[in-house]
Parts: sequence; C-alpha cells; structure tokens
Amino acid sequence: MKILVCISKTPDTTAKIAFTQNNTKFAAEGVQWIINPYDEWYALVRAIELKEKDPSTVLHLITVAAADTEPIIRKALALGGDEAIRVNADSHDSFYIASQIAEVARQGAYDLIFTGKETIDYNGSSIGGMVAELLDLPYISLATKFDLNGTVATVVREIEGGEETDEVSLPVVVSCQKGVAEQRIPNMKGIMGARTKPLKAVEPAAVEPLTSVVSFELPPAKAGVKLVPADNPAELIRLLHEEAKAF
Amino acid sequence: MSVLIFIDHSEGHVKKTSLEALSYGAKIAEQLGTTAEGILLGTLSQDFDLTALGKYGVKKIYQASQESLNHLDAQLFAKIVSEAVGSTGATVVIFSNNLSGKAVAPRVAARLKAGLVAGAVALPDTTSNGFVVKKNVFSGKAYANIGLSSPIKIISLNSNSYPVKAGEGSAEIVSLSVPADAPKVKVVSTTQASGQVPLTEAELVVSGGRGLKGPENWGMIEELAKLLGAATACSRPVADAHWRPHNEHVGQTGIAIAPNLYIAIGISGAIQHLAGVNRSKVIVVINKDPEAPFFKAADYGIVGDAFEVVPKMIEAVKKLKG
Repeated sequence: MKILVCISKTPDTTAKIAFTQNNTKFAAEGVQWIINPYDEWYALVRAIELKEKDPSTVLHLITVAAADTEPIIRKALALGGDEAIRVNADSHDSFYIASQIAEVARQGAYDLIFTGKETIDYNGSSIGGMVAELLDLPYISLATKFDLNGTVATVVREIEGGEETDEVSLPVVVSCQKGVAEQRIPNMKGIMGARTKPLKAVEPAAVEPLTSVVSFELPPAKAGVKLVPADNPAELIRLLHEEAKAF
Repeated sequence: MSVLIFIDHSEGHVKKTSLEALSYGAKIAEQLGTTAEGILLGTLSQDFDLTALGKYGVKKIYQASQESLNHLDAQLFAKIVSEAVGSTGATVVIFSNNLSGKAVAPRVAARLKAGLVAGAVALPDTTSNGFVVKKNVFSGKAYANIGLSSPIKIISLNSNSYPVKAGEGSAEIVSLSVPADAPKVKVVSTTQASGQVPLTEAELVVSGGRGLKGPENWGMIEELAKLLGAATACSRPVADAHWRPHNEHVGQTGIAIAPNLYIAIGISGAIQHLAGVNRSKVIVVINKDPEAPFFKAADYGIVGDAFEVVPKMIEAVKKLKG
C-alpha cells in the first residue's frame, strides 16, 4: 500500500495580510509559515494512522514549492511519513501544481492520494479534483471520515445540508476536512527522526500555467461598529431593517 | 463561442446558487457578445418548469435526464460537461463554488486544460482583450485578480456574490446523450436535512456560540431565525460539544458563508471563526464582553447579555413583521 499526501506551505492563520510591489506580491516579510492546516491536521494525520495500522504502508509527502519550503516539509515529516518529494517550482496556478503532482503520482503508482480540503491562502479546493482527472481516478471531495477495508475505502463526504457515504475501490484521490482525523503535535523522537528522512527535490515537468495573479486587493476597511444600547434591541432591528436594509 | 452554465439541483429543484450562476453567465455572454446556455444532469420534479429558466438569460438547456444522474459522480459529470463544452463550442464555463462545483469544476478544468478561477466574486474584466476574474483569497481577508490565458475559461462563482436577475424568456430544452460509464464510486447512503435552506445559500444567518451556555438555550436562536427567515449556525466549540450538528459549524474548519446578514450571539470572534464569516455583508454582534474581538469586525453590535437582548429582538421583529 502506497499513500501520497499533498502538502502546501501557507501563512499562519493569524498572519497579517498585506501586499507589495504595487499589490502584485504577498508581503512575506516577517510572516510565520505553517503547513496548510487541512493538509496537516486531516490528510497527513489520517495517512499516518493508516500506516500505524499497517506498518508495511509506504507514506510519501509531496509539495510543489521552492527550496524555502524545506523547514515546513521537515515539520510534516516530524509528524510521520517515510520521505518527501519537493517539485522545485513556484506557482499559484492549480493546473500547473496538479500536473506536477500527477506526474510524480503516476511514476510512484500510489493507491491513495490525500489532499486537504483547500489551502487557507488561495482557497481553491481544486488540486485533488485535477490530480484525479489527470490520473483518470475517482475523487471524493470534502471527506469527513475515511476508513479502509483491504482495497475498498468507505468515505463519508459532505454534501449540501448533509452527508453521503461512498464506497470506492483504490486507487482514489480524497480531499480531507474536519472529522477525518485529529490534529497531532510532533514528539521529540519524530522531530529527531525527520532530520534524516529523505527529502528529494525533483525538477518540474514542462507544463504551461493557465492562470496568473494580476494583482491583489484588500477589502475596504469597515467603518467601525455602531453600538446600540443593551436596553434597546428594537433600535438594532430598526437599523438593520431601515439603514442596512439587511432584511 | 458561448457561455455554458452548470445547473445544480437537489430534491427536484434548481438551487438558488445556480440561479445566481445563470444570471452571472448570461451577463458574461452579453459582455462577450455571445449566447448563454445551461447544462443540467438528472431530473427535476414534475412541477418544475425547466424552460422558465430562460428568464435568467439562457437560450438553451442541455439536459441528460437519467435518474441515475441525480447522484453526483464527479468523474462521470466531468466527462459529460467536458463533452458538452466540445460539442457546443463553449469558451466560458460557469459553476457555483459549492460542494458540487468543487467536485466537478477542477476535473473539467484539468480535462480541457482550461484555467480555473474558484471562488469568483465579480464579473470578469474583459476589456483590453484580457480575461481577469476577481476572487476571494486568504480566507476572505483579501481578493486576487486572476488572469486566464487558456482558450477555455472556467469560473466557480461564490454564493451570494452576484444577484439573481430575472427578465423575460424561455429556454429550449435539448436532450443530451451521455456515456454509459459505470460510476466507480458507489453511494451507500445519504442523510440530508430536507426542506431547509442550506447554510451556504442562506441570505440571513443567526449564529450562536459558547455564550449561550448549553443546547437547551437554542430555542431563542431558532425563534429569531425563523421569524427572520434565516438559517441557524454555530461556532466551533458549540459543534465540538455536540450542542449543535456539525453541518451548522461556520468558520475555518467548518464552512465559509457570505450571507447578507450574519447575527453572532455569544461568539467572541476568534480569527478562525472570522475566516468563515468575514465575507458577510452586514455583521451584527451580541456579546456581553465589550472586549470581544468580534466587535472589531462588526457593523452593528450590542454589548449585553444575550438572554436579555435576544428576546427583545424577537419582540421587535414580531412587531415589525406585524
């Protein structure tokens, strides 16, 4: 059994969002970087649990990013996994990134490919579906539960206003969200062990990106809260109805 | 060259987000001087008049009316939509950025080598021969303008980002033949709350947090929501404590919403919660702690005890609605 977990580097949830170079680049100065939470807490941890259950499982991590991502990859390896592959490219085009992952996945013949539900920076929720299509595999999006019985996976996924339970034979691509696993903290043994785990850098396949960021914008600042006295909620309702025209 | 809009449906009816997508796609077609068409996979209820969707600006709707397609199979759907793009010569494809769109749009994009903008919030800028679409990034904290360079362009539209615009017109229904591929994913069961407005589509949302102290106190939240015609939501600690079902949890690890009105009661407003609601047009915060960070993101607020304030809000809404 071979599992590939796709991870991405993102600014910390609490990072200040600002842009430079005439609003064309994210201001990365002083920003704390983390493993994208959905990739780490759900996709990676569930893969580690599967490996703990069946130690013969081979667990690889993949990221498509420049060399400065390596500390983040080591952090992921400290949680678990046998080795990591970094495709040496810097792109925000989901088709480009998915094509690189699909290329590595094709060569590695993985049974299971996990992604997080989306990254917290570009919020695309697209990589899993694209990788699945490029490999002609089924894709279960937004899973909240993942179980494996031999080569058949039982997956619960979120649907509008409810959930659906699916059965699918491996290989399959699954995007993971809350419910699939619980966040873990790496222990000292994991951190020490991660230092010597293989971290391979491979050059990207020739793929033409299909989108590019032209510019960024920040939303207009809020005017500030208008406080209504606690003894007069009727005034709040009046303001919402007449001034904000919210209902 | 045309604009093809994916029409999503559940329980026999077309979803509101699809009416937004139809209106949005029709406007893009107008911008590009071409026609808008729809594609619908599966069947609707007998009393739903599909031709009437013409009033949102689509001239034709391609329908594959096999009942088996009422269950979304992303792989099969992507194949059908991609083939329809080929046969209709569509150059722009619109999805709703909802759960169906997230399952199907990326597959169609990869299959057609078409650039994808997921989470669009505005019409594309098609002046100066470019095609640039504004989308949400950094979990609602910023926007990016994304340029698409591929011949076919795919846009997934965020809910509540473009108004439904109805005019006159009737759509011609064209039957679509589909490949007889057996789905690789077997649906074992589904559970779905029926008859409720899905949270992602709701225009008004009343949400409760830990400040409500326990599930037994949700009666007033539900009453206020019902009077306003709003959906109910909750914060993460509330869902984690099983006071409310998980599908009501809004925030970074729950679902992200963008209603016209979000009323947060007894929620402090941690940054992870804000990430799921900061795209709401009007935010109201009721909290007894004047230092609650949520007040900084709010448009209106009351510093006060929810157990005293909310019943008075209910009375005021009752009076207003007569």
